[in-house]
Amino acid sequence: MKKRFLAVTLVGAMAATALAGCGSDNKTTDNTSAQKKAESGDKKKGSVYYLNFKPEAEDAWQALAKAYTEETGIEVKVHTAASGTYETTLESEMNKDEAPTLFQVNGPVGLANWADKCADLSETDVYKNLTSEDYGLKKDDKVLGIAYVIESYGIITNKKLLQEAGHSVDEINSFDTLKSVVEDITAKKAAGEVKFSAFTSAGMDGSSDWRFKTHLANLPIYFEYQEDGIDSTEAIKGTYLDNYRQIWDLYINNATAEGKDLSAKTGTDAENEFLNGEAVFFQNGSWEYTALSAKIADDDMTMIPIYVGAGDEAKQGLCTGTENFWCVNQDASDDDVAATLDFMNWCVTSEKGTKAMAEDMGFTIPFKNAVESKNVFVKQDVANTEAGLKPVSWNFTTMPSEKWKDGVGTALTAYAADPSDANWDAVKTAFVDGWASEYKLANADA
Amino acid sequence: MEKALKRYWPIFILPTLAAFAIGFIYPFAQGLYLSFCQFRTIDKVKWVGFDNYVKAFTWDPQPLTDSMKFTVAFALVSIVLINLGGFVLALALTRGVKGTNIFRTLFFMPNLIGGIVLGYIWNVLINGFLSLIGKPLIELNPTAGFWGLVVLMCWQQMGYMMIIYIAGLQSVPEELIEAAKIDGATKWITLIKVKVPMVMSSITICVFLTLSNSFKLFDQNLALTRGEPGDQTAMMALNIYNTFYGRSGQVWKGLGQAKAVIFCIIVVVLSLAQLLTTRKREVQQ
Repeated sequence: MKKRFLAVTLVGAMAATALAGCGSDNKTTDNTSAQKKAESGDKKKGSVYYLNFKPEAEDAWQALAKAYTEETGIEVKVHTAASGTYETTLESEMNKDEAPTLFQVNGPVGLANWADKCADLSETDVYKNLTSEDYGLKKDDKVLGIAYVIESYGIITNKKLLQEAGHSVDEINSFDTLKSVVEDITAKKAAGEVKFSAFTSAGMDGSSDWRFKTHLANLPIYFEYQEDGIDSTEAIKGTYLDNYRQIWDLYINNATAEGKDLSAKTGTDAENEFLNGEAVFFQNGSWEYTALSAKIADDDMTMIPIYVGAGDEAKQGLCTGTENFWCVNQDASDDDVAATLDFMNWCVTSEKGTKAMAEDMGFTIPFKNAVESKNVFVKQDVANTEAGLKPVSWNFTTMPSEKWKDGVGTALTAYAADPSDANWDAVKTAFVDGWASEYKLANADA
Repeated sequence: MEKALKRYWPIFILPTLAAFAIGFIYPFAQGLYLSFCQFRTIDKVKWVGFDNYVKAFTWDPQPLTDSMKFTVAFALVSIVLINLGGFVLALALTRGVKGTNIFRTLFFMPNLIGGIVLGYIWNVLINGFLSLIGKPLIELNPTAGFWGLVVLMCWQQMGYMMIIYIAGLQSVPEELIEAAKIDGATKWITLIKVKVPMVMSSITICVFLTLSNSFKLFDQNLALTRGEPGDQTAMMALNIYNTFYGRSGQVWKGLGQAKAVIFCIIVVVLSLAQLLTTRKREVQQ
């Protein structure tokens, strides 16, 4: 009898837990557009939870959220994912009851993963305030993402040091001229005439390798897309990989660190080398401005295009685009969705919001009310475009997966340690064959 | 009183049972269920049956078997080294030498540091060493990755095992050792024939612990090598993590979950087998 009681209790406990495990939450999502939700939420009692992608803007976002709460009484929680862990953090946060109401995807590839969570933003004020509809991320006639920052990257240059080495940025207008300046600096350093190197260390630690496996890799992809007249592909040909090798050779052979030590060098290492005047060139983007301007005067910095010896170099501009699209979680409560849309709109239209985004975060935002940014790199991009240079678009958002980037990164690191043809072949394999296989795996949902 | 206990004991175990159910049985059942599903967030799941398990063996680009080889090799080497080292330390520190307590504390201390921090510190140390002798750094060097992990784990775990062995050695009755001495046994014979059989229960515990620790190793692996180069130094737990988080898309989560279930079965079977065989050799005092 007793045994039976125990058995019944245990079975009961098991069944209860097992059933609870199986009981998936069948929350139905209605198909009303986000705007309807916004209208119904006039009482403003929702709250906002923003999962921020940019660690460098963490403080500014926290301050802005606080300012908004003070002004409107609506609670805004900002949480920032550590560098390189956004997707992971987003996935686990989305599983929680208090899921982010505002998150971001990096472009079409990222959106594919989250499309069923994204509210249609086509009727919202924040979308209507965009300077161009092109900044909306569309899928099946729905606007699911809104670009909120336009960024540029290239080779950040310390003009003062360049002058000390007897050169000026005006000389550099192609890969060949860049190469001759760089190699001259290396020669002068070897002879003891200057104390700095041409490039900062091309660190391949996880905090820095995206500069090369993603951003630098954009250039061979861009030129191939241009040549073939496409904007994404399931199989890359690698037409411009020799150009990729040229520029990578230049980076690793003329830097503060030896190629074999690069695997342990971090993003902070490179940043500090540039700040301390140990190198003239630093491949990075406009988001570095806040960190760099603390120590280097605006007049001493500029950004030049990454020349790889392909296309029309005389007309090549900075790499400009965005991988930051805001998405609103349509599974959040109506009040929260409404509050989130209000918050987004406030950020890009109000005086406080636009000022914080332009000055504290150093962003150029593609909205009608935007305040002009003080960011010298952003200004450089504007000036370039006015002078008739053509910006290089961001095609790395079409890279098939993070795994593909990792594969290219590992091969690049091995090549940097031992620049042999065999090791470059490994880079090619990771780039071309890796693309095809990863594309297949990434689209294997079935 | 006893009668009441007999009648009402189910009520007394209920709190523990409830905690066990919430903290263990429920997540485990949920995990098992998810391994048969495709999902991205756990509120929207799609039942796919054994598809994930089939994929894990036939389709997966990072098969569990690859990291299994690495894990088994690592487990073998580290079980032997950690237990030998821990035992030798315990022998040395039960002889009543001055400062024994200080040494015991010092050897135990690495165990108090978290795995990620340890992995990072050893990454810097080992890279410094490799750079000095002109070898490729650990991220490009699977051999260094393997031995680095072994060294790290030895350093961290020897002290812990040492404490268990010390407790075992101290409980060996003095009379037995004395009797062996009178019978003319050398120190070596005493160790092998008297002490080792008497501490067999400690050995069971320690081997069991090191075995499961080696198989489940994750933090140290992530911080020391990240599985680089390629996935050559990724152990099973890291392999599962990479499957789960490496790519986005429905298909990977369920696959990772299925691999985790397979992994769990392997660890349980191994541990049971090991427990049974060592149990047989234990001596009752």
